Amino acid sequence: MCETCGCGDPHMVSVEIRERILSVNDRDAAHNREHFAAHGVLAINLMGSPGSGKTAMLEATARAFAGRFRVAAIAGDLATDRDAERLRSAGIPARAITTGSACHLDAAMVHHALHHASLQDARLLFIENVGNLVCPAVYDLGQAFNVVALAVTEGEDKPLKYPVMFRKADLVLVTKTDLLPHLDVRAEAIDEALGRVMPRPDLIHVSARNGDGLQRWFAWLEAQIGARGGPVPGHPASGHRHD
Amino acid sequence: MHEYSLMMALMERVAEEAAARRAIAVHRVRVCIGELSGVEPDLLESAFAIVRAGTLCEGAALEIERVAARWACSGCRRPMDAGERLQCAACGAPAALAAGDEILLGQIELEVP
Repeated sequence: MCETCGCGDPHMVSVEIRERILSVNDRDAAHNREHFAAHGVLAINLMGSPGSGKTAMLEATARAFAGRFRVAAIAGDLATDRDAERLRSAGIPARAITTGSACHLDAAMVHHALHHASLQDARLLFIENVGNLVCPAVYDLGQAFNVVALAVTEGEDKPLKYPVMFRKADLVLVTKTDLLPHLDVRAEAIDEALGRVMPRPDLIHVSARNGDGLQRWFAWLEAQIGARGGPVPGHPASGHRHD
Repeated sequence: MHEYSLMMALMERVAEEAAARRAIAVHRVRVCIGELSGVEPDLLESAFAIVRAGTLCEGAALEIERVAARWACSGCRRPMDAGERLQCAACGAPAALAAGDEILLGQIELEVP
């Protein structure tokens, strides 16, 4: 009998599910986390608008860490593998995920790329998401941290317009600060807006062009890497195969 | 627009439940969508209108419960309003979201033989 409205229709059943619609993605993300743990790699989901400087930040990071530890990357792009190419020229082994018309990466796409990317010896894996301030925030990829690049050229009120993305951010890189003298944008106003959408507003102002703030970003990364152990030999996700 | 891929995931879950109970039709699908979930209810409805064609959900109603965002201090539990700084004015602790990030399949109503 119908349990919802008591209409007495014997052919109606009401089923309580109360489950996240993205439960399949959540499972895939948990699986990716096992891969990252097995390899002792710190996975960072790097998000931001198109042109916010995500790839430039990774190029600078790869140069800074070259010879010290291996940085790998997976880059999501709608139609090209230009970002992955740029990263490879900067010395980062990078795998492109061409999403077609999909506006975000999901955990399954990342998982697929992981089986083709070499994480061996990598300590840091960047997952450069599709340039978009909306959709990527909804999908857990298995990352340890969400980092969002926000260029000063995007204006002071971007955080207030896209609260979902910034709420999910563990760190915001306020990029292209070398352009501030040419803009009617105040860096403090951006910080103030971030404080209204981020419970823990962790921000670093950087310029890949003149190098300002980059040391703070590198130090942040090193602290997070140091806080994690190395690879776990014999971890269930080490070298496992999928059909 | 990720609402379409969300709707595909939702339809798969509903189909699984319907098959397990040998349902002949789905009459109602209830979902909860939080204000800060990043999901636009109107777009979810448009996606539903497209993907339900030819499925057991063809004649189903999609009911979307919209959940408002509610913030509270993670330290002293003082309620905080969206638009305020999300650090407690009283104790300085960061705010925690008490409600408003739901993307839930709540309940479905099935017609069984």
